[in-house]
Amino acid sequence: MPGDDAMHNSIVQTQGLTRCFGPLRAVDAITLTVEAGEVFGLVGPNGAGKTTMIKMLTTLLPPTAGKASVAGFDIVRQAANVRRCIGYVPQVLSADGTLTGYENLLIFAKLYDIPRSEREQRVRDALAFMGLSDAADKLVRNYSGGMIRRLEIAQSMLHHPMILFLDEPTIGLDPLARKVVWEHIERLRADYGVTIFLTTHYMDEADSLCNRVAIMHLGKVVALGTPAELKVSIGNPDATLDEVFTHYTGDILESGGSYRETSRTRRTVYKLG
Amino acid sequence: MRLLEQGALSTSWASVSQPFLERVSSTIIRFVRTTLTIAELEARKLRHDPTELLTRAVQPALWLLVFGQVFTQTRAIPTGDLRYIDFMAPGILAQSILFIAIFHGISIIWERDLGIVHKFLVSPTPRAALVLGKALSASVRGLSQAILVYTLALLLHVKISWSPLALIGVLITIILEAAIFSSFSLIVACLVKTRERFMGIGQMLTMPLFFASNAIYPVSLMPGWLQAISHVNPLTYEVDALRALMLVGGTSAYGIGSDLGVLLAVTVLLVILGGRLYPTVVI
Repeated sequence: MPGDDAMHNSIVQTQGLTRCFGPLRAVDAITLTVEAGEVFGLVGPNGAGKTTMIKMLTTLLPPTAGKASVAGFDIVRQAANVRRCIGYVPQVLSADGTLTGYENLLIFAKLYDIPRSEREQRVRDALAFMGLSDAADKLVRNYSGGMIRRLEIAQSMLHHPMILFLDEPTIGLDPLARKVVWEHIERLRADYGVTIFLTTHYMDEADSLCNRVAIMHLGKVVALGTPAELKVSIGNPDATLDEVFTHYTGDILESGGSYRETSRTRRTVYKLG
Repeated sequence: MRLLEQGALSTSWASVSQPFLERVSSTIIRFVRTTLTIAELEARKLRHDPTELLTRAVQPALWLLVFGQVFTQTRAIPTGDLRYIDFMAPGILAQSILFIAIFHGISIIWERDLGIVHKFLVSPTPRAALVLGKALSASVRGLSQAILVYTLALLLHVKISWSPLALIGVLITIILEAAIFSSFSLIVACLVKTRERFMGIGQMLTMPLFFASNAIYPVSLMPGWLQAISHVNPLTYEVDALRALMLVGGTSAYGIGSDLGVLLAVTVLLVILGGRLYPTVVI
């Protein structure tokens, strides 16, 4: 079956993927592919549909229409298989502040069936990889924002997933902490060959981290390519990605972001800061 | 020839049903293991900050020491051969666990507002194991209440049965109770989705559940309509079992077997329903 083969070549493949909330088409018939080993960025303003897209691909949210596969598995019919192959760091804070860093990872090592004999070592390695060995036995509520993000990424990597979904990985972090997180994301890809699918609304982040970028606006992908291709496409190879973004989405950057969403984002920022 | 046939038959049997049996047993083992992992997570949190257990101790102490002692003096409530304080001690144990468990579900709203629930749902953990694990963590909190109520009951000279079988029975009964009301509250949390609405509903439910049970007075004293309600209230079966198990000379109105049967059936039902609803909390 040629259709099946095509599905297996790319690690993520969506066809007309759509999610509606009432009359709102949060994700509107998106068709795209992500190749194994690349860093793929979904950029767009708050409310563009980036998080909805990630929630569907990580099996948290069933699509209204269309279909998608992750690691060759259908996100609806084979959700359990998808879950074994992916790691996910949500935009909102997901480490448990009332546990130590070590405990946060240990629990997930158990949930992902990492054998008892390997568990301890795997957790220690993940903490070391993310530069958190010294803080392992401190309660996470005493961590800095950057440390929490690194811990969350460590948690999502424990079972060596094929693909990692990072939803706004550096939101609310100061410039230095952001750089440290970026370095770790790059090292993850280099050392483990993991595919990374991230969303961001920081254009400099997309520019420096991503092999390919999709610009999302009001639920649709309005442009897709390498940062260089996108710059050429607007006729200015020296443009910043910000300018590319403005070109494709119009000047109206102020869009979307409900009260609930804003309050959550602010709370995350507050907790991480 | 016949041997050969038998050999072929047994290999085909092995190749067909062995993986099936293995699959079933590994699914069950996985379910139990992940459930215990979730319970362990909650126990670890409690170990880092046990203050909750202390503040929870106030209410049952008030009921037993103040309400219980006064009503024992007045002899206003006919409780057969039992002193009133003996009669109500199991009721107060059940009540204190109810009060802990019924608000337990709010934790998933907290964890949803953070991203903790998202992470659990993206992991391959079975949904029902997430619910049952949470339920068991409510049971752990319930056990601390049991220790407190037993201590107070001892001070008040309640005739406690110390036979190991009775103690194990009490243990199982309170684990089931905590599991029932915490899964119930988790279901409510999945449906209402916000803390404010949840608190309102929790407040609205606790007292009616308590009063429409045999916790502090016998069902026979109730008007007919209240008796009818008390018979569909799991708390009634809980208290009935506890009263028979916890006290020397305690008796059960419905039979301990049927009490535990009802409690177990309700637990299974609520955990399955909770497992279905759990993923909707992030939508």
